[in-house]
Amino acid sequence: MRLSRIVETLGLDTLVPIEADVEITGGCVSDLLSHVLASAAPGNLWITIQHHANVVAVAQVAGIPAILIAHGKRPNDEVLEQARSAGVTLLGATESSFELAGRLHEILVAER
Amino acid sequence: MRFQIQAGDIEHGGSASARIKSELTRSGVDPSTARRVGIVSFEAEMNLIVYSDRGGSLTVRVEPEAVVVEIEDSGPGIEDIELAMTPGYSTAPEWATDLGFGAGMGLANMKVNADGFEIWSQPGEGTRITCRIDRAGSAAPGRKEGHETE
Repeated sequence: MRLSRIVETLGLDTLVPIEADVEITGGCVSDLLSHVLASAAPGNLWITIQHHANVVAVAQVAGIPAILIAHGKRPNDEVLEQARSAGVTLLGATESSFELAGRLHEILVAER
Repeated sequence: MRFQIQAGDIEHGGSASARIKSELTRSGVDPSTARRVGIVSFEAEMNLIVYSDRGGSLTVRVEPEAVVVEIEDSGPGIEDIELAMTPGYSTAPEWATDLGFGAGMGLANMKVNADGFEIWSQPGEGTRITCRIDRAGSAAPGRKEGHETE
């Protein structure tokens, strides 16, 4: 499913706009950066509560096109700028990681 | 490419690795190899930031059949390498774990993503790690598919 359609269907806030509307291959839910590097596949959407600059670097390295920041947490302007220049989409939502993962899984499975 | 990583410079953590990955991709290294080098570099970079006394160097060399990543610092060194390599074992300070570091997977992630992994460390002297990542499609001897460990 295209990233833009996920944003629309789940009603997510766009913190850093989509640069390339790529196909999302699945999801990864973790707040441990090394765990994300070990388990996320390229093209995954990453759900986390971490919202500092290092998450953008993790996404770049792991080939993660978009990070969904849960629980209403918001990155600062520096992080937003870093994501923008790296071409990493940042999304936000007030719901918990659990809730968001459930809904993402539901729409991705329904599409198969 | 050679980067000097400062101890404690968490704000720039990962920026060298992100640059390494994009430079490799730009210079024609295939995406899968560039990603593995990126992951190895990221873990090394964060280790230098979180654990080293005075930072250290991260050097990436592109060879015809492999990409070699070398990391070197001057301390404090690792007391028990086998223990440090054990997934889940970590000595990370609380400020680092709060940010999602210190999962105890750093060295293990480096080894898993490398086709060759050598580590030397001496308490009080420092640590040197060399990782060789064979380029996809190369006919390098001993090349393994996927991300299997040794």
